Amino acid sequence: MRAVVIGAGVVGALIARELCRYDLTVLLFERELEVGFGVTKANSAIVHAGFHDEPGTLRARFCVKGNAFYPKLCEELGVPFRRTGAYVLALHAQEVPELERLLAQGEKNGVPGLEIQRTEEILAREPKVNPKIVAGLWAPTVGVTEPWALAQAAVENALLNGLELHLAEKVQTIEVKNGCVKGIKTDVGFYAAEIVVNAAGLFADQVARMAGLDVPEIRPRRGQYILLEGETNIHSVLFPCPTPKSKGILVVPSVDGNLLLGPTAEDVDDKADTTTTQEGLQQVREGAKRLVPDLDFSRAIKSFAGLRPETAAADFWVGPTKIRGFYQAGAMRSPGLTAAPAIARFLVHEVIATEWHLSPRNWNPRRVPPPRVADLSPEEWDELIRQDPRFGRIVCFCNLVTEGEVVEAIRRGARTIDGIKLRTRAGFGRCQGGFCTDKLLLILARELGKGAEDIKLKSERSPIVIGPVRP
Amino acid sequence: MRLVCIACPLGCELLVREDSGRVLVQGNRCTRGEAYAREEMTDPKRVLATSVKVLGGDYPLVSVRTDRPVPKRLIPEIMAFIRTLRVEAPVELGQIIVEDLLGSGAKLLATRTVRRAD
Amino acid sequence: MIKVWKVEVAVVGGGAAGMAAAAAAAREGASVLLLERNTCLGGVLDQCIHPGFGLHRYKEELTGPEFAFRLHTELEKARVEVAFSHTVINVNPQKPEILAVGPNGLVRVQAKAVVWACGAWERPLGHLLIPGTRPAGIFTAGLAQRLVNIHGLLPGRRVLILGSGDIGLIMARRFHLEGAEVVGVAEIKPFPGGLLRNVRQCLEDYGIPLFLRTTVSEIHGRDRLTGVTLVEVDEQGKTIPGTERFIKVDTLVLSVGLIPEIRLLEGFLSCDHVQRGPRVNSFWQTEHPWLFVVGNALVVFDLVDTVAAVGEEAGRFAARFACGEMQGEPCVPLKRGQNVAALVPQAFIPGEPARLFLRVIRPFPKARVKISPVYSKVHLGLRPAEMVEIRLSSEATAELQRCSEATVEVHPQ
Repeated sequence: MRAVVIGAGVVGALIARELCRYDLTVLLFERELEVGFGVTKANSAIVHAGFHDEPGTLRARFCVKGNAFYPKLCEELGVPFRRTGAYVLALHAQEVPELERLLAQGEKNGVPGLEIQRTEEILAREPKVNPKIVAGLWAPTVGVTEPWALAQAAVENALLNGLELHLAEKVQTIEVKNGCVKGIKTDVGFYAAEIVVNAAGLFADQVARMAGLDVPEIRPRRGQYILLEGETNIHSVLFPCPTPKSKGILVVPSVDGNLLLGPTAEDVDDKADTTTTQEGLQQVREGAKRLVPDLDFSRAIKSFAGLRPETAAADFWVGPTKIRGFYQAGAMRSPGLTAAPAIARFLVHEVIATEWHLSPRNWNPRRVPPPRVADLSPEEWDELIRQDPRFGRIVCFCNLVTEGEVVEAIRRGARTIDGIKLRTRAGFGRCQGGFCTDKLLLILARELGKGAEDIKLKSERSPIVIGPVRP
Repeated sequence: MRLVCIACPLGCELLVREDSGRVLVQGNRCTRGEAYAREEMTDPKRVLATSVKVLGGDYPLVSVRTDRPVPKRLIPEIMAFIRTLRVEAPVELGQIIVEDLLGSGAKLLATRTVRRAD
Repeated sequence: MIKVWKVEVAVVGGGAAGMAAAAAAAREGASVLLLERNTCLGGVLDQCIHPGFGLHRYKEELTGPEFAFRLHTELEKARVEVAFSHTVINVNPQKPEILAVGPNGLVRVQAKAVVWACGAWERPLGHLLIPGTRPAGIFTAGLAQRLVNIHGLLPGRRVLILGSGDIGLIMARRFHLEGAEVVGVAEIKPFPGGLLRNVRQCLEDYGIPLFLRTTVSEIHGRDRLTGVTLVEVDEQGKTIPGTERFIKVDTLVLSVGLIPEIRLLEGFLSCDHVQRGPRVNSFWQTEHPWLFVVGNALVVFDLVDTVAAVGEEAGRFAARFACGEMQGEPCVPLKRGQNVAALVPQAFIPGEPARLFLRVIRPFPKARVKISPVYSKVHLGLRPAEMVEIRLSSEATAELQRCSEATVEVHPQ
């Protein structure tokens, strides 16, 4: 039997990984050049606790469960995950009832450890927080991760367990006969399959329609972010009191020691509109400064925007459909990242495996993470260089990334400058690739046997250089 | 006419006037400024620095420069000519790549060493 | 076991400052190790293939690689040991001990003095928080220069340069000569950031326009850059609505500032918040007497000749410190006063000759530079792009003995 997963974001990657536990041929399709280059690439990277979501929603159910899966999942896959805890901060007395509402909601959802803390308690833990706060909801299970790294690691692990990965291939139609899925057609060819899972992120509505389903539209909601370098004196994720539309502008200590500010929540028309705007960035600054007044914006190293898939009903699509063999894992708005592991398990084990009486097969849950010299002790690093001198040649000075790590990232599937950056953190530091872009370009060209002009930043039409100066 | 002297990083701002056939220069802090101004009024010259393609080298290009200023008006033509050049590695710093660039009398010199690629 | 190398003076960085420091320290008789992360010496000089270097030091106009070669020759004569392909990854805050990584493993270098000469890094686009997309085709000027001059790769065909620093101006000419169309150089200030000679010979020579009081307000293009929006700014640097215009380009080159590379020192050195380099005295010595900082890692200089001269001085002092001939000396702090932007050193050692470098915040046709009570002189044609160098005799600095601090001020005349 063959199963197809459409979309190699964090949701599709984790679903593909779970499917590989069964006696199936699993194919994963991604329209972008690399895994995790859609919604997964640009979001807040937060593993939520589950107090933001109304009881009874799929969001609440899968968020709390997904959060609990994270430590083991990230350990198995060698992906960074840090339980930072989070505060929702009340800046006025009027906001305190909102904290109480979130507390009650969280408890109803089964979120552990929630408590409302007083100003002194919060400031003792987070001295940089606005001293004008009146109270805060403490959620110890909130954490941070690297969403793209999770998607990449899940795919790597699935490849180890027999996955067939199709990158840069766009699904065009889904073949359905007598109410049953027969396969998919892409811009490359036809692939027969009995099982098709729609994890197409922003495009899950289009994919569902290909199968003949009448689904509501998925609307892109844009979030703009600013990344500040090396602000290490903030330990927890900081939220303002939420609005009906969003969780507000957050302050997030990232796993690699930077500070992520954002996102805005803007409904846009275009599913590729990741532009930042003057107003949006201003809103991020102001929002972040409300929580932490003395942020140093001269330490900004990047601004960017991501899109999250929204629907009018504001809840996930998870489960079987009226088309036999066609399953939904779409409309993964926040907390989609958190929910993804729980959704993958539910959908694969409780729905698909049961329906098709799938039999399990030998499966290795672990993925050996690539070496990261910045995390090694001097002795360990020294030893690694003795095995391979390329781990002694530094390519990215800001984040201490070596040629050995870049080559390993390419071996594991990186094809673009951004792909290397997301896998190794080369170019993610303060100089933003000023010192390493040329080195990465040449290593990519060498390892892939291509000309420098054929190396892309992130997409098919994003070459770095146009060709030699002296042909 | 106002000119910025390029003879050295000081960048003196020169005032150049023509008075009954004589060129008068003001604002220069050294004699090179005066010479520069006179030349700039008649036939401006520049040292040209660029690169030449290397075959079999550890670098794809060797940086080069003219050994003396060449007339500015010739630069597009000289560049077009330089683009056609190929030089076999190794190249030594100071090596003459071209004896006489398009009859200007200027030599084209390598400004770095390029070894043969292993 | 990690290898240990013992040496008297360790110099970090083999650009102009580091090479000059290492050669000078060795000439003083110290054993010197120069750590260079690249496979060749010269640092940024290697990619600066244009002429304009060496007029002071060698009395002739050289290109970057030629200047580097001269310094390299000095280094060989002085018998400096060079560790190529070695990147320093840690500096011990307590003592002159550094950890470096190279292709044969890690090395712990135990020295008696350290000269830090790691140059500067370029302010990236992300610093500017310019709205829009994040496509391919945006380069810092130094990166573009390395692509063109070292790797022989052309970044694009239609180029806008943002920022009129010297590297930006140089790259405008470079792109033009290589057949790319340079649509202009945009500068947010009302005056150019680079030397006037470079405005003349890099832009005016080739008819490349310089748009003053203009900046990029938006970036366009999803995959590769398709264009930028230029906007004019007022005296306060605020954008003027209605002056926006779209310019079609496939390449944006940023020349918007260099920042001293002192990441590994930031945790234990006090830094100057304006120029973002460490504070040093007139021996180029930090608050940790064994640690000297020179070149663009200290403050962004405009001439490599000056960088080499300062490096040489620091190298001599470092050798003297390593040999125990010098301690941490009592200093008189030097403060930045009116109209002064960059300023080094930030302290004088009374009774020792000193050279001081400053940059003004805006052009002054005529202004008095004052360091009460030891210096007061009228200077002509002060420009932010050009550092002012002031030399003080040992007699002059001895005057400062009685002062608790001194201030450097510039008063327009």
